[in-house]
Amino acid sequence: MARLRSFLEWMGELGGFTVRLVRATFSPPHHLRELLEQMHEVGTRSLPLVVLASAATGVVLSLQMRDSLLRFGAKSLLPVVIVMTIIKESGPIITALVVCGRVGAGIGAQLGSMKVTEQIDAIEASAVDSFKLLVVTRVAACVLMLPLLTIVADFSGIMVGWLANNLIENVALIPFLTDGFKQVTFGDLLPATLRTAIFGFIIGLIGCFQGMRTTGGTEGVARSATSAVVLSSLFVIVADVWLVRLIQIVFRS
Amino acid sequence: MTPATDPTGGGDPAIQITDLCKAFGSRTILDGVTLQISPGETLVVLGRSGTGKSVLLRLLIGLQTHDSGSIQVLGQELTGLVGAPLYELRRQVGFVFQNSALYDSMTVVDNVAFPLKYQNRMSAVERRERAMALLTQVGMEASAEQMPADLSGGMKKRVGLARALALEPAIMLYDEPTAGLDPITSAEINELILKLKQDRAMSSIVVTHEIHSAQAIADRVALLNQGRIIFDGSFEALKHSEDPFVARFVQTG
Repeated sequence: MARLRSFLEWMGELGGFTVRLVRATFSPPHHLRELLEQMHEVGTRSLPLVVLASAATGVVLSLQMRDSLLRFGAKSLLPVVIVMTIIKESGPIITALVVCGRVGAGIGAQLGSMKVTEQIDAIEASAVDSFKLLVVTRVAACVLMLPLLTIVADFSGIMVGWLANNLIENVALIPFLTDGFKQVTFGDLLPATLRTAIFGFIIGLIGCFQGMRTTGGTEGVARSATSAVVLSSLFVIVADVWLVRLIQIVFRS
Repeated sequence: MTPATDPTGGGDPAIQITDLCKAFGSRTILDGVTLQISPGETLVVLGRSGTGKSVLLRLLIGLQTHDSGSIQVLGQELTGLVGAPLYELRRQVGFVFQNSALYDSMTVVDNVAFPLKYQNRMSAVERRERAMALLTQVGMEASAEQMPADLSGGMKKRVGLARALALEPAIMLYDEPTAGLDPITSAEINELILKLKQDRAMSSIVVTHEIHSAQAIADRVALLNQGRIIFDGSFEALKHSEDPFVARFVQTG
């Protein structure tokens, strides 16, 4: 009972936080410089990890799918299966989960330790809106950078998928891509990629929310960092279920 | 020594606190506090640890909200003040945190320049010059490029003081400025507070449990006990008070 109550309280607070965030995002002043710094942190710095994770997925996908498709004598479908799987699902979700781990934990820990050492109070005492300076910029950076990271992840996954396939049988890149993208439309690519902006929103929101409500010293900071990762990954996966279904309904062809 | 400020003169009070109440859950922190600070006056609020002295200071710049009563800062009612007007008011008030609350990701000089960065349309060079001038005032110009983690407690206090002065406030609030410092460093900080008061004609509230600090810097002393002001007058009067708690506080302090 007590747990249910504290969960409902948490949800309520999160709702209030979200409303405040949306309001603050669309009212001046805007901290563009801080936003650029955060975009660098969320985007550029996550790039190697995202590329690597996505490349690994590309290899595995290529090997597994080849095996399965061979069984049904549908080996010629391999390029299109790889391309479709990566741009529709594995690219977006792998990117989001990697960013959950890297950026979610970072935001939770950073804001958490600023909170417990009164640095956030110090910002407020300097007559600067700490919410706009810290929260709005971080969430906006996540929203803006996730789709871009996803495009890079898609690229890396498909290229390495081709490479893995090429090591087994000699297929040139251009025929592979032509085959792979023959059936692909913008209706496949755009909604799938842009939905990661919502993943970005979730990651930024949960990280900032957990960070800003940190109490209880070092232990509290650790709790915030952990819960930021756990909750944002969970929310991203649940949101993915809804979004995939929604996209299918809206963009049904 | 400083010329004694006439507490009755100087027009409207810098801060007028009336019947202020604050509770955390069922725990009452402040229970009807009424205090007045005249322009240019230094009021020292004494009290045992955990009696809500720090909370009182935080209420004065709206870092926390009070339950009832009224706070007027420079003639403006703080109750219910949010957004831009609240930040406008905070620009007039400098706050020195107990643990200094320096931004640990910035150098000392950037810490001091931080409040200027978001207020005035000032070039980076000007900001740096201003920050260096402030650091010189508190005797910390040699440490400008160091990180806060490399400083001693007393040095951090000085930097915190310089940062609080950056916006040229009319009122300074000091939260335990000498807590945790050795007697010599404490005396130096007290001298600094006195010097600033002389140079800048600011009104100040100093919250402390150290009676020696009170003696050194106070124009007037108030004693807070169990959420109420049980003494308000000169340091001399405090020493000769017949109230048993006041007498005990003075003797043991």
